[in-house]
Amino acid sequence: MTTPAPDDIQAILTEHLHLEGPLLPILHAMQDSFGYIPEAAHRHIAEALNISRAELHGVISFYHDFRANPAGRHVLKICRAEACQAVGGTALADATLTKLGLDWHGTTANGAVTVEPVYCLGLCACAPAAMLDDRVVGRMDAARMDALLAEAGA
Amino acid sequence: MKDFIIPKDRDMGTPAKAGASVTLEIDGVAVTVPEGTSVLRAAAEAGISIPKLCASDNLEAFGSCRLCVVEIEGRRGTPASCTTPVTPGMVVHTGSSKVGKIRRGVMELYISDHPLDCLTCSANGDCELQDMAGAVGLRDVRYDAPEKGVMVNHFEARNTSGEANPEWLPKDDSNPYFSYDPSKCIVCNRCVRACEEVQGTFALTIQGRGFDSRVSAGNAGDDFLASDCVSCGACVQTCPTATLQEKSIIELGTPDRSVITTCAYCGVGCSFKAEMNGDTLVRMTPYKHGKANHGHSCVKGRFAYGYAHHKDRILKPMIRERIDQPWREVDWDEALRFAATRMRGLQEKYGKKSIGVITSSRCTNEETYLVQKLARAVFGNNNTDTCARVCHSPTGYGLGQTFGTSAGTQDFDSVEHTDVVVVIGANPTDGHPVFASRLKKRLREGAKLIVVDPRRIDLVKSAHVAASHHLPLRPGTNVAVVSALAHVIVTEGLMDQDFIRERCDWDEFQHYADFISNPRHSPEATALLTGVDPAALRAAARLFATGGNGSIYYGLGVTEHSQGSTTVMGIANLAMLTGNMGRPGVGVNPLRGQNNVQGACDMGSFPHELPGYRHVKGPEVRKVFEEAWGVQIDAEPGLRIPNMLDAAVDGTFKGLYCQGEDILQSDPDTKHVAAGLAAMDCVIVHDLFLNETANYAHVFLPGSTFLEKDGTFTNAERRINRVRKVIPPLNGYADWEITQMLANAMGAGWTYAHPARIMEEIAATTPSFAGVDYALLEEKGSVQWPCNESHPEGTPLMHVDGFMRGKGRFIFTEYVATDEKTGPRFPLLLTTGRILSQYNVGAQTRRTDNVIWHEEDLLEIHPHDAEMRGLKEGDWVRLASRAGETTLRAKLTDRVSPGVVYTTFHHPDTQANVITTDYSDWATNCPEYKVTAVQVSLSNGPSDWQEDYAAQAAQARRILPAAE
Repeated sequence: MTTPAPDDIQAILTEHLHLEGPLLPILHAMQDSFGYIPEAAHRHIAEALNISRAELHGVISFYHDFRANPAGRHVLKICRAEACQAVGGTALADATLTKLGLDWHGTTANGAVTVEPVYCLGLCACAPAAMLDDRVVGRMDAARMDALLAEAGA
Repeated sequence: MKDFIIPKDRDMGTPAKAGASVTLEIDGVAVTVPEGTSVLRAAAEAGISIPKLCASDNLEAFGSCRLCVVEIEGRRGTPASCTTPVTPGMVVHTGSSKVGKIRRGVMELYISDHPLDCLTCSANGDCELQDMAGAVGLRDVRYDAPEKGVMVNHFEARNTSGEANPEWLPKDDSNPYFSYDPSKCIVCNRCVRACEEVQGTFALTIQGRGFDSRVSAGNAGDDFLASDCVSCGACVQTCPTATLQEKSIIELGTPDRSVITTCAYCGVGCSFKAEMNGDTLVRMTPYKHGKANHGHSCVKGRFAYGYAHHKDRILKPMIRERIDQPWREVDWDEALRFAATRMRGLQEKYGKKSIGVITSSRCTNEETYLVQKLARAVFGNNNTDTCARVCHSPTGYGLGQTFGTSAGTQDFDSVEHTDVVVVIGANPTDGHPVFASRLKKRLREGAKLIVVDPRRIDLVKSAHVAASHHLPLRPGTNVAVVSALAHVIVTEGLMDQDFIRERCDWDEFQHYADFISNPRHSPEATALLTGVDPAALRAAARLFATGGNGSIYYGLGVTEHSQGSTTVMGIANLAMLTGNMGRPGVGVNPLRGQNNVQGACDMGSFPHELPGYRHVKGPEVRKVFEEAWGVQIDAEPGLRIPNMLDAAVDGTFKGLYCQGEDILQSDPDTKHVAAGLAAMDCVIVHDLFLNETANYAHVFLPGSTFLEKDGTFTNAERRINRVRKVIPPLNGYADWEITQMLANAMGAGWTYAHPARIMEEIAATTPSFAGVDYALLEEKGSVQWPCNESHPEGTPLMHVDGFMRGKGRFIFTEYVATDEKTGPRFPLLLTTGRILSQYNVGAQTRRTDNVIWHEEDLLEIHPHDAEMRGLKEGDWVRLASRAGETTLRAKLTDRVSPGVVYTTFHHPDTQANVITTDYSDWATNCPEYKVTAVQVSLSNGPSDWQEDYAAQAAQARRILPAAE
């Protein structure tokens, strides 16, 4: 894992500092650019916004989506909320993890896929649901899951 | 906490508000409170306690614990009373069965994730969670582990089968004074809010969310010590459980009574509750009714009191014939007889004026008064001086000349009304931390800040605080900068003409305006000298003159210069020019270094002034004291500290009684001080420890700490606070008794039975203290002098309707460069200061766990200067000036500008004052600590001087075993 250059971090900060409440947009932009929020950026963000590192940690750790390390090339999110659980979401999730030999938040050995739980994708009518990168998929079953995993190269 | 011990300290739930009255009905009781008050507080005012956990009256309402829910007629649901403001005619029910049930349900959830180890818990009897569980009538917790499953919780290290609980976190004991036990946390957020709202450090946060929410100090992986935490204790104080707990309480148990007293560290003068368990002091907590600190504290006052019981403390008097001999422990009689005989002998041989005293800015007013009285009434001369000589004597002189009183013009509450703050030569977050927290609060509310300081101090930029302008001047050019500010205000017509016409001498102002308008004072003309960007300086001047209530706070960075008094006058000029005088939010505010330096000056410690700043030349003033004391008072001013030392080297000054001050370490040009002390025949040191000065002493009289005596301290806002005896003097006598015994051994015949009697004498002889007595202090808590017939309750703000001296006086402030100049041999400028965890010469704080934050003095140097000299972080470096040299380790930082280096003077092995010169303020002899031309180079160990000194100190500190 390479650490982003200070100049790249600074460029993102400069771009967003004019916003009202720029912290979340900055964090999103970092994650979009680097795939994660590098620890090396914390000092720069805190300095630019004149907040403490504790405050920054409080915000980053509040949102499960912000990650401290890069994910695999694709991120598969499997819904763990009630509606999906009611129609076999749990079994599907367990089976998927077993198949890949991963625990939640794990990444396959070839670096292709990271599997994460998510709480409600808003697709309760088509449960169980999952999301590969930015694309949501409803009515999941073992076959669709295999197809998604194959697509991702897992 | 501790509501049940001192009912007066009851937590009202949310902060007090000011505004129009609103009347409502709570549980059938009509209550009238100011608009904006919460229902929770209104109920508390009516004596009705609504259960609460996340609310506290020093924090804004948060509404998270849901325990304070109430029913309000005409409103749906059960609103939280802490976040619901009162409205006229509101009818509130706080104890219906409906809210009772909700509260029990909430409490049951809290307790489901909290250990039930109350009997062995360190907060047993001092736990709000425990109290609230009782108050809501919780009898059962119905949440059980699911079948074949485990009950997930945060408090069990292992489950019943011995597996580690991943949710459990170990205690964080990294801070020396308190521990953080996450297993007891209820995530009420009070600690985080206290750190933000009260202290203003923002060191804490809640990490994660929901069930994963945890209090975290700093980033993931930081512990409390590694975080930004400054150990002020606000979080510990507000924690409703044992999660954040003082280690002293864990070790010693909860207190059963408390005594209100005053901190003996800096000039803020915080009120504290000394909490006792039997005769053991178990904790110091800031007192919420203390008018200087309003319930806040810093690491020194809150935790660093352990020096009172340190093993280095000397408890028996000691004497020796010569300073190359070891000390011999003797009884009080023998020590005092020895001292008295020697002092009288010296007077017979070398004349009446061959001996003198140094009073202490750390002792009480009463003790200081007695020491100067010892010189004037018993020695028969005016050879009395005090450590204010080396800190704020220019303040006394400068403000006396311009306004007519030698003290700050405001109270600390004034900062809540200020709009533009100028901080000059002070570093409040380290030197005056409780004031800094109050200032930062005001800055977060929108007040603007201008910092004039060679270093980028924390106030220039720290979480949620940023100075509008930082003017990083070259050390020694204060007058040029202050004059340039005045130049801009006058030439751009920004002054308050009405104020000047009404309150100052208009003709004198005209002369001053002519003087200051001269282009040689312009920011552009002085930029080469000062290094300050003229545009920034102009902008700062405009902001101060036009930004609303402007206040100036300054410290030793102003006074400890060859032109210290001139800068003080320049500051007074700025305040008068802009009409910033005589109302809340404005004024000139010296931040006093030591707890009672104001008091020591008030009490006549200076050689030319009797108590109340009245010159000894005045026959009418002398008459007052001659009648009270029954002696003749010398009409000639006595010797100042530097003069005493010079005279000692010349052989005409032979004996010194030095109370509670370590002149060898704290005064400039250590070698000269050592030579002066070595030349004396009788040096009496009256102190807690064998300090550096005691290496040259013939008599050592053990002193008592502030915990061991009664008296008063006067803080930087002229507030006279009571010091109360918490434990009996470990050395047997309070310091005032020892001075009295010494005086009586010299034939004085004093008979003070209590410090209250001394205060009566002070009140009877000193007009500004005429109304002060212990009964009034008991009733009011504290008063600010002048307190007399015209101000029977004291004077929070000075110069309200006119200046004490009549018309405010503008004085010319011509910049004259100091004689201490950089050159090829000494190209850098050294300036000195203080750090948060240490205090002054460190005699107290070095003997506490505070050393964990500052083990040694470091030399701050800019990376550019370091690179030129081949220095790396942590290298041993030799710091040399024309006066001497020492070695210490380097810290590379851009907080100092290139060309400037900085160090502290807390540690005697470094002895920063070996380096400082004997240049001093033209008016008051206050030494020029803040400017010394130095050179820095790599070194491989202590300098010869340091080694010689260490050897001499070891030799001089030998104590013979007591003869049985």
